[in-house]
Amino acid sequence: MTTRKNVLPGFNLSLGYTIFYLSLIVLIPLSAAFIKTTELSLHEFWAVVSTPRVVASYKLTFGASFIAALINAVFGLLTAWVLVRYTFPGKKIIDALVDLPFALPTAVAGIALTAVYSNNGWIGSWLEPHGIKVAFTPLGVVVALTFIGLPFVVRTVQPVLEDLEAETEEAAASLGANRWQTFYKIIFPAVWPALLTGFALAFARAIGEYGSVIFIAGNMPMVSEITPLIIITKLEQYDYAGATAVAVVMLVISFILLFAINGLQWWLSRRNGSAL
Amino acid sequence: MKKSLLALALLSAIYGITAPAAYAKDINLLNVSYDPTREFYQDFNKAFAAFWKTKTGDNVIVKTSHGGSGKQARAIIDGLDADVATLALAYDVDQLQEKAKLIPKDWQSRLQNNSSPYTSTIVFLVRKGNPKGIKDWTDLTKSGVSVITPNPKTSGGARWNYLAAWAYAKKQNGGDEAKTKEFVGKLFKNVPVLDTGARGSTTTFVERGIGDVLLAWENEAFLAQKELGVGKFEIVVPSLSILAEPPVTVVDKFAKKHGNEAVAKAYLDYLYTEEGQEIAAKNYYRPTLASVAKKYETQFPKVKLVQIDQEFGGWQKAQKTHFSDGGTFDQIYQK
Repeated sequence: MTTRKNVLPGFNLSLGYTIFYLSLIVLIPLSAAFIKTTELSLHEFWAVVSTPRVVASYKLTFGASFIAALINAVFGLLTAWVLVRYTFPGKKIIDALVDLPFALPTAVAGIALTAVYSNNGWIGSWLEPHGIKVAFTPLGVVVALTFIGLPFVVRTVQPVLEDLEAETEEAAASLGANRWQTFYKIIFPAVWPALLTGFALAFARAIGEYGSVIFIAGNMPMVSEITPLIIITKLEQYDYAGATAVAVVMLVISFILLFAINGLQWWLSRRNGSAL
Repeated sequence: MKKSLLALALLSAIYGITAPAAYAKDINLLNVSYDPTREFYQDFNKAFAAFWKTKTGDNVIVKTSHGGSGKQARAIIDGLDADVATLALAYDVDQLQEKAKLIPKDWQSRLQNNSSPYTSTIVFLVRKGNPKGIKDWTDLTKSGVSVITPNPKTSGGARWNYLAAWAYAKKQNGGDEAKTKEFVGKLFKNVPVLDTGARGSTTTFVERGIGDVLLAWENEAFLAQKELGVGKFEIVVPSLSILAEPPVTVVDKFAKKHGNEAVAKAYLDYLYTEEGQEIAAKNYYRPTLASVAKKYETQFPKVKLVQIDQEFGGWQKAQKTHFSDGGTFDQIYQK
């Protein structure tokens, strides 16, 4: 293998620094989690991470996070579209509102959502007669995760949409494309990679969320217990090794999923690139 | 006004120069406690600072940190250098010894009453007029009754709730283990929400309006009744409950490091004095000093109380049988 000289200077220095920084901030704390689990034998490890209650929590955490990220992908794209393409009074305020879930302490978000969606809250008291229960059910978990994930999609898609000139859409229209064709042939391929990134970020954020969810989930074992709560529960019993074992499983699944999404994105952008 | 402020500033400046620091020592004391003691220690810290000032001339500033009992114990184990720990149950204090060797093994026998200067118990808080007619533990297992309690896995208070229910059921069924388990299981089938801490459950019950009955610390129930919703709730005392003994201890290793051993010990001793006991009673904790207990006799309803050591063989054993992974609590939710 021959090393090709990079045109940009400082490659070694900057790469070295990047690896050092990533190790310090990300890898060392994460490896501590892995090392802690070595206190358990493989058999014990498996017993901890595969009990029905823990497995039920994986399903809820990953399932609810996926649904929430999907909802955000659809409505986040719509929000970004409205913010980029139209001008209307109060646009700046709406633009700022999008970032609020970023800034709000998640516990506050959880308490506020629970107050609104519980059966004596504004929305909850209206949904209850229709047989829809949100607070203290898995549906509540989805609602909380959707809330915290929204800015990720909007903020990743927005700049791409801004770069996309309105002229291309006009050109498509003048060449006889109907609205739907313009959307899926012109706009969608351009924003697709950014949308996927936004989806991945919202999904990853939702998996790790604790603060807002525990207030609205109800935390019933086998039904509405999220994996981060299982970890806290184990810590509460001074079971450090068990807690990190579950954490490691979560980390590995998250890593695989994010890796797959990144791979998909890379593949898509390459295909698009060669098509152009 | 401005003038007098200036004079005061000047005076204190002169005083600061002329009186060297050795004259009146400033002592910082850190008390790491659990959630519902917030109001109590606020009052108590003030009283102790005044007491210590007249006794030694030194200024003590006591800082108190509050949180879930288990979380607080973990913080100390991980290095939060508390001078004293005042937690919800002996099991959490035991961990200070077991995991980090911060205190001696015999910590619980160093102070009177198993190192618990005040006690409490578990009672029911129901909505005004008690619409579901809840009188005792058996009523909590009936269908159509919704019970609010935090999760025993994450909340110290909830463990007391669980054990109180267990003790009642065991007595009722003549010690039959299977029937006791069934009773407690039925009770927990009536629990729609398991909050992670005692305050969370109080909020669910009081603010969200969920549930017919809240299982709560007696002091928390009084507080909810007197301060959160006057006239909206009633306290129901079951025929049998558990004596909750929240223990206190000096965290020897850290107190020694700060040179605070004497003041930390005095702080805890002061909890046992008439003044300390009086403040505890005013904050709805049951005093242990006979004279103060007599004075507040009418405030606290009489109730038959079982003790953790006699009934369950101590916290270590209770924790293992009931709350560890695969324990009786987990079995309720296994299908």
